[in-house]
Order: sequence, then C-alpha cells, then structure tokens
Amino acid sequence: MSIIVKNISKSYKQVKALDNISLEVPSGELFGLIGPDGAGKTTLFRILTTLLLPNEGTASVTGYDIVKDYKSIRNTVGYMPGRFSLYQDLTVEENLRFFATIFGTTIEENYDLIRDIYVQIEPFKNRRAGRLSGGMKQKLALSCALIHKPKVLFLDEPTTGVDPVSRKEFWEMLKRLQEQQITIFVSTPYMDEAALCDNIALITNGKILRIDTPEGIKASFPHKIYKVKSTKTFKLIQDLGAYEQTHSAYPFGEYIHFTPNTTAFRTQDLTHFLKENHHTNIEVFETGPTIEDTFMELSD
Amino acid sequence: MKRFIGFIQKEFYHILRDRRSLFILFGMPIAQVLLFGFAITNEINNVDIAILDHSKDATTKEIIAKIAASEYFSIKQIIPNEAAIEPAFKKGHIKAVLNFEKDFSKKLITENKATLQILTDATDPNTANTISNYTSSILKNYQQDLNKAAQTSYKIEPKVRLAFNPELKSVFMFVPGVMTVILMLVSAMMTSISITREKELGTMEILLVSPLKPFQVIIGKVVPYILLAVVNAVVIILLSLFVFKMPVEGSLFLLGAESILFIINALSLGILISTLARTQQTAMMVSLMGLMLPVILLSGFIFPISSMPLPLQIISNIIPAKWFIIIIKGIMLKGVGLDFIWKETLILIGMTLFFIAISIKKYKIRLE
Amino acid sequence: MNTKNAIQVENLTKTFGAFTAVNNISFHVGKGEVFGFLGANGAGKTTAMKMLIGILKPSSGNALVANFDIATQADSVKKSIGYMSQRFSLYNDLTIKENITFFGGIYGLNKADIKTKTHALIDDLGLHDEANKLVGALPLGWKQKVAFSVSLLHDPQIIFLDEPTGGVDPITRRQFWEMIYREADKGKTIFVTTHYMDEAEYCNRVSIMVEGKIEALDTPKNLKTTYNADSMDQVFLKLARNLA
Repeated sequence: MSIIVKNISKSYKQVKALDNISLEVPSGELFGLIGPDGAGKTTLFRILTTLLLPNEGTASVTGYDIVKDYKSIRNTVGYMPGRFSLYQDLTVEENLRFFATIFGTTIEENYDLIRDIYVQIEPFKNRRAGRLSGGMKQKLALSCALIHKPKVLFLDEPTTGVDPVSRKEFWEMLKRLQEQQITIFVSTPYMDEAALCDNIALITNGKILRIDTPEGIKASFPHKIYKVKSTKTFKLIQDLGAYEQTHSAYPFGEYIHFTPNTTAFRTQDLTHFLKENHHTNIEVFETGPTIEDTFMELSD
Repeated sequence: MKRFIGFIQKEFYHILRDRRSLFILFGMPIAQVLLFGFAITNEINNVDIAILDHSKDATTKEIIAKIAASEYFSIKQIIPNEAAIEPAFKKGHIKAVLNFEKDFSKKLITENKATLQILTDATDPNTANTISNYTSSILKNYQQDLNKAAQTSYKIEPKVRLAFNPELKSVFMFVPGVMTVILMLVSAMMTSISITREKELGTMEILLVSPLKPFQVIIGKVVPYILLAVVNAVVIILLSLFVFKMPVEGSLFLLGAESILFIINALSLGILISTLARTQQTAMMVSLMGLMLPVILLSGFIFPISSMPLPLQIISNIIPAKWFIIIIKGIMLKGVGLDFIWKETLILIGMTLFFIAISIKKYKIRLE
Repeated sequence: MNTKNAIQVENLTKTFGAFTAVNNISFHVGKGEVFGFLGANGAGKTTAMKMLIGILKPSSGNALVANFDIATQADSVKKSIGYMSQRFSLYNDLTIKENITFFGGIYGLNKADIKTKTHALIDDLGLHDEANKLVGALPLGWKQKVAFSVSLLHDPQIIFLDEPTGGVDPITRRQFWEMIYREADKGKTIFVTTHYMDEAEYCNRVSIMVEGKIEALDTPKNLKTTYNADSMDQVFLKLARNLA
C-alpha cells in the first residue's frame, strides 16, 4: 500500500473538517478524491503531506508515518497545492531549476520523467511564470512537482478554474505518468473527471460517502433513472417536484434526471401527468446513472 | 549546501526583479540622508531677536556684541522695559528676547552669578529650543573666556555639550538616526514581507514539503538582506563623509561590526514578525507601526530621551535602536572604542539572542 | 442603433497593444434568454464581459446592453444590470444582512425597500438562522446563492454571472440553476460563463469563443448536431482543439 489513512479526524475550532476518514491507495494507482469545495479535500492533502497534524487517527505514506517520519515523507513525495504556487517573477526554467536544486537533483537527471509535459512549455522557458496562461501554469507546476522523481504525487484540485481542453490534456498526462509507477492522489470538484481514476472516494462535509471504482460507484445507484424533457424547463422542474412518485429530479444538461420513489413506476404515468400540466414535446426514457447521480443520492 | 545556494540565488532574482522595491531600497537612504541633511534642519540662521538690558554695563555690552557678531542672530530691536516684550513678540518679527537683569556685571563679580532670561516664541518649539541652546552656548563660551582672563588657571570648566559638534551641525546628529531607521526598515520589514509573501502565494507549502530544512529557508531569506543592509550602511556613511564632510572619529571596523550586529538584531525581529503574520499586509503594518514608529519617536533620534515623560523613558529601553544610536553616535562623533560602549553592545547582543530564540520557538514546521 | 434585444453586440474589438483580446465579435441575446458564454482560458471571455458590464472601453465596435451604449452610457448600463462573479461576490467579514444593506445602498434603494427585500431574500433562501452570521462562515454554495439574490436586489433586467458555480457541490449547483431558470421565467435575461460543460446545456443558446473570436453560436442541441458530438464537452474540445 502506498497510502494508508486510518480514522483521521481534524477540526478547526468548531468546524469539523474531516470526520473519521479511512482509505487505502495501492502503489501505482491513480486515486481520485471527489467532492465540492469545503468537503475537506485540502485538509486531507495537508495532513498526508505532513503540513497539518490530525486530531485523531493515523496515516502513512510509502510506509512512513505522517507524524513521526515527516522528514522522510517530505523527501519522497511531490505536492501541487490547490492554487498556483510557483514564483511568478521567475521564468519557467528558473522555477524548474529552483525546485530541482532544493530537492538535490538537476533538470537533466530526471528530464525523462517530465519530458512529455515540459516540451509543451519549453518554447516559453524564458517567460516569467506569472505571464503564462492557466493551462501552461498548471503544466509547469506539475513539472516542478515531478522533477525530483517522487514516489507519490499529491495533486490538490489541479484542474480547478482550468478550461475543459486543458483539463482533458492534464488527465491524459496523469494517465501516462501512472505508467512510470508513480502513485497519484488527486482531488477534483468536477465529477466527470472521476471516471478517469482507478478508484475514487466521494467526500462531502468531511465524510467519505463511498470508495469504489468509477464503475462500481455508478452501479451502486439504487434507483432506476429516467431522462425527462419538455419545452418549459423551469415549469418541468417545479412540476416534477410536486409529482407524487418523485424521489428526486435534478437538471442534467438539457434533460432532467428523474428517479421514482416506487418500483411500480411506469413512464406513461409520468407522460400523462406532464400532459395534464400542459407540457409539450415531452420526452421520458430510461438512462444509466452517472457518478454525479450517485454523489447526490448519497449526500442527500 | 548546493540547495542552500540555489535558494539564495532565487531570493536575489526576487529582489532584483522587483524594480520598484529595489528603487525604494537604494533610493530611500540617499533621499533620507539628503533630506535630513539639507531640508529638515535644526540649525538657525540670522534669527531676529530683541534685547532688554536693565544694566547696560560693560559685561552686558560685551555679551550683546558677541551675540550680534554671531551668524545665528541678528538684533532687531532694543526694548526699553518688560511691558514692551509682549507687543514685540506679537508683531511677529522677533523670535526671542534676551533679558539682562539689573546690575549684571556687579552680580557676576561679587556673587559669581548673574541671570540672563531667554524668552523664546514657543509657538515654534523646535526653533525656540534651538535658540535657547545656542544662546546658552554663546554665554558659556563668554563665561569661559571671562574665567580664563580674570581667574587663575585652576578653575576648569567642564567641556560643554557642543564640543562634539563644535560647528553645531545638526546633520551630524541625524546621520546616526537615519542609518538606524534605514537598517531597521530594510532588515526587518523586507524580510518579514518576503517570508509572508511565500505564505500568501502558497509556495511556503511546497517549501515545507521539501527536504529543505525550515532553518535553511529562514537563513536563505535573511542572507540577501544582510548584504543589502550592509550596502545601505556603507552608502549612508559615504554620503555623510563626502557630502556633509562628517568625520568618523572612531574605528571604522568597530562601526561596521556594530552595524552588522544591529542588522542581525533587526532581521531577527523581521523573522519574528513573519512567524506571527499571515499576509504581507499584516507584516508591513506590524513593521511600520511596531518597529518604525518607536525607532523614529522613542530612540532619541528626533526627540531627546531625557525630555520624554518617565514612562516613555522606561519604554525606550526595550527599543534596540536606542542602544544602537548611542553606540554609533559614540563611535562616529566621539571616537570612543568598545571600552565605552560594551554595555550597549551587550544589551544589543542579548536582545538579538532573545528574538532569535523566540523566532525558533515560534517557527512552525507545519502550517499551524 | 435601437433594439428589442437585451444585448446587441456589433463588431466589438478590444486590443491591448499588439494583442487582440476580443476580435470583432457580433451577437445578440434576446430578452428572457439564458445565454451561455463559453471559451478556453485566455480566449477573451473575461475581456468581452468586462466591456459589456461597462467597466472596460472597447477599442472599436459597439454594443447595447439594455438599450444603453456601453461606451457612452456606461453608468446607465451599470444601473440596469446585476453582476456576480466567482472571485468576488460578497464581503466575507460582513453578515448576510449587512451585505444586503450595503449592496442595496449602493444601488440607491431606500431604507424601507432594503428592509422588505432583506426579509424576502432571507425567507426565500431559508436563511433565518444564518442572517446575522458572517458570510465567510457560510458554505460556498450558500454564499453563491446569497450573492445571486443580492445581484437581483435592484431588479436589473440583465444578470451577468461569471463562473457562478465553480467548486459548488452538485446539489447546490442545481438549486442555483433553478434560481436562474426562475429569473429567466420572469423575463430576466441571463448571461453566464461556466467551465462545467453540462451546465452549458442548461442554456437556451451558447457561444464558444476561441482566440478572441466567436467560433460557434447556437442552441446546445444544434451545436451537437453540427459538430457530430453527443455532449457539449465534445463540441468544445473539437472546436478548441482544431484551432489550437
């Protein structure tokens, strides 16, 4: 096991940021911690990177205890904090060289590991980091976190605020890194990114809702799920809220994801109900659950 | 060691690329020394005064002649009696009235004591203070001459205050003060800001999660500023030597060593501030309000400590700048050696060790 | 230029030195429409939005927002729009009530109005227990809901939302969109940017900006057909990647 977390709790004054969290990440896995802002993701990252002490529980990273062996952990992990944390007034190359130096290595020594990512920003190596675009900043930050060949890579919300194109490229890079036997522990508020992880933990309000593979998470959804659509979306949401067979109704793109509260539900009943409420162009058909459906079902 | 050098190199990039701060860092000492040297001066020149002479004897005439001869005063008016003093002031032309008592000469010879009242316009307290100082010193000189001529040589007057600044140049008094302020500012404020900036940017998190030891981070932050502060000290001393022709009476080596001691003292204060402050803004406010104001107001730089109320006099003892000003005034103006200022030096060393000890104790290897 | 549309943009351009941030864009947004304004980081979205809310002068071209010219009548534009952004929305060190009073005040609402609106807003969001708590202590999702309501205080015709739901949990995100639909239903025009591509599908029409130009503008359904994609995510990737 690369990361072991046992019954970790952490409070700030009255606020319980983490409430009895346990999880395990095998070596070489791409593990996703999925949840909204304020769920406790950053707190868990800071505990695992030895920046915070937990109030209760124990944890280890590559066999080192996060409290006792914090120095060893600091030598073996790479960490990319939530906000862009590089020196804006240093150039791309200076930033990379600085992080190589403080980890006692050189760019040349581990160039192989970052080549794939770094070549994309190398043309701008003399540009100040502050003047890079969001996607490029993120690639530079990843290069800096990787330059000392860490065994475990901690990425706290690396894709937040980044556009979908850069996000997709970033995940492709992570997939390739995984082939280098690096354990990657990554957090994100975007549910659609969860599908790319080996295993994911859904977290909200300091509690873990479920840990499973993305497929397992979807399969655990306990209800049938239907896509519903009509011309008047706002009225549709309101009417579905008032419908007696509704368990939940949430907008998903141009459709509403509707789950019934009874197994006896029939689509024609709903269609009939909507017609009675003056909806037109009604569509109702069964669909498969997404991770987001499960997240909402579990956190409700 | 390579890590450490890499770190210092990075710090220099930060400093050299921040043009505005760099300009302030090096422009400020020059501007301040010139400002204090030329503009904000305590010197007086041809101040208009009036004379009220109740005796009109040989001695008073001699004194009046001496005052009239000095470049500091010009006698505008001879006042006949006390009643005319107030109107004279109210007209606003004169800044002071010298009131010689009756039988001045006689009293001086028979009782060895005669009184000269110096009335000054205290709406401008600084000038008033200076005028009274100047007149007293002219009187003292006259008295000395008198003693020399009339008495035998065994009566020796103690050296008066002006002896260390015989030309009464206020810039000589200001240079040590300005140097103290600048060194405090560069060392304490700049280091505390540069450390809190890393906290604010989030880079401190990465530095903590690296093999770099916390004390290496701190020392790496401090080293560049020691160099900068030394450069500043040298610039100030050169300016005072060549622009204001101010002599450094004592050992330059001692002056340098004491300056470095004070710089380290200020740096340790800067580190202490940065362990307590989370943002650059707080660090700056704390440095300005908590360090700069006391340095300017309570160190004896502008206001003499002896004229402060007792509570402030006591507080002034915990301000490192007070001791440093005593030390450098001693070295620069009096030419004293370590044997005269060892006490102040020890106090500074003690304070420095104390600040470093708290900083180390307060320094966090984690985020909270 | 006079228009029935809420927003009418013609040949709008903004250059910074040699760099063209917004390159000759033209589009319109109808009254009561939910309009999605998408684009990659650095595509010029923020610059365009700043011009439309009257805080940045265009280099050339013109635009009418609520029938006011953004270049010459910026003050009137500001009075008729509501604005909320992810980066700044409310003061964290003021309570919910104090924020409402403050923002009501700067939009010139009188005391009685502020009082009734404050009550209505707090009732509406069910925040009775939190009304006197500092905004900083609220969960992000609630904060954004309050911010949205606050941006509606002066009853603007058009509401600009700059990534209003970033990092917000999925349920609150949907409640937020229900609030958006409710306002659109009342006839308000919504102009919104987002990085969630599923949210793009909540919009009546979306535009996608690439390198300063609007490369696509249509209903989500038509865009998916045109670009032969089954989600807006794919449409976006196809557009931005082909041109990058």
